[in-house]
Amino acid sequence: MVQYAQARFDASFAALSDATRRGVLEHLGRADASITELADKFHMTLTGMKKHVGVLELAGLVVTQKIGRVRTCRLGLRRLKEEAAWIERYRQLWEARFDALDAVVEELKQKEKSDARRKRG
Amino acid sequence: MTNRTTVERKSERELVVTRTVKGPARLVFEAWARPELFQRWWVPKSSNVTMLSCEMDIHTGGSYRLVFQHPASGQPMAFFGRYLEVTPPSRLVWTNDESGEGGAVTTVTFEDRGGETVVVLSDLYPSKQALDEAIASGSTSGFGEQFEQLDALLLALDADGGG
Repeated sequence: MVQYAQARFDASFAALSDATRRGVLEHLGRADASITELADKFHMTLTGMKKHVGVLELAGLVVTQKIGRVRTCRLGLRRLKEEAAWIERYRQLWEARFDALDAVVEELKQKEKSDARRKRG
Repeated sequence: MTNRTTVERKSERELVVTRTVKGPARLVFEAWARPELFQRWWVPKSSNVTMLSCEMDIHTGGSYRLVFQHPASGQPMAFFGRYLEVTPPSRLVWTNDESGEGGAVTTVTFEDRGGETVVVLSDLYPSKQALDEAIASGSTSGFGEQFEQLDALLLALDADGGG
C-alpha cells in the first residue's frame, strides 16, 4: 500500500506539472466535459487532449466513461464527498498549525517567566 | 479536547476556523507577527513542505511573501499579499494575492480570556464561485493545489482500501 501510494504520488506530480492538465482539473471541478469540449476549450487537437486526459487518468485524478461515441471526463474524487473532504483537510492543516503554535506560545510564556525571575534575582 | 480546532462554512463565501490557544493574546499575536516565530509553526512537519523564505513587513499596508518547496516538486511556490490591518494584539487582516482575483481576504482575531486566547480566522472569498472553485481545485489557501490534490488523492486511495 505504501509503495503503491508512493507510485501514485509520483504519477500525480508528473500529471500536475503541466498547466493545461491543471486547467483541465479546474474545469472538471466545475462540470464534467467530453474530450472534444476540453480540446475546444484549451485550443488543442483531439489527439493532444486525449494524451493529457490519459496522463490524468493514469494518476487517478480523472475518470472517463465512453457512452456511444462520446468519452466523458470527470474528477476522480467523488463529487458529493468533495467539499466535506476538503473542509476536513483544511481543518487538519489548521489543527497541525495550532498544535505547533501552542508549543511556540508555551515557550514564550516560559521565557517571560524566567526573564522576570532573572530581573528580580 | 478543550483546544479542538473547528472549521465551518459560515456562508456561501466564508470559511471560519476557531481554536483556543493556551497563552495570553499578546504572546499569541507575537507568534504570528514575528517571522522567526511564525516560521516555526505555519508549515506542518508532516507535510514535507519546507519554507524557503519568509518576508513579512508586518504593519498596515505592508506586504508579505512566503516561498515553499516540496521535495517531489521542481518549482518552489510563492504565496503573497498585503496586510490590510495590523492591530496588536487583537487583529490581523491580509490579502491572498497568489491566485489572482479569486483570492480570499483573511481576518484573524485574538480574544484574551483569562490567560487563554480564542483565535478566530475567517477566509472571506470575493464570491461563492471563488470559494467553490478553491474547493474544486483542492487548494486550501496555504499549500497550493498540487499538494492538496495529492492529499485528496491519498485520502481517496485510503477510502478505497488501496484500490
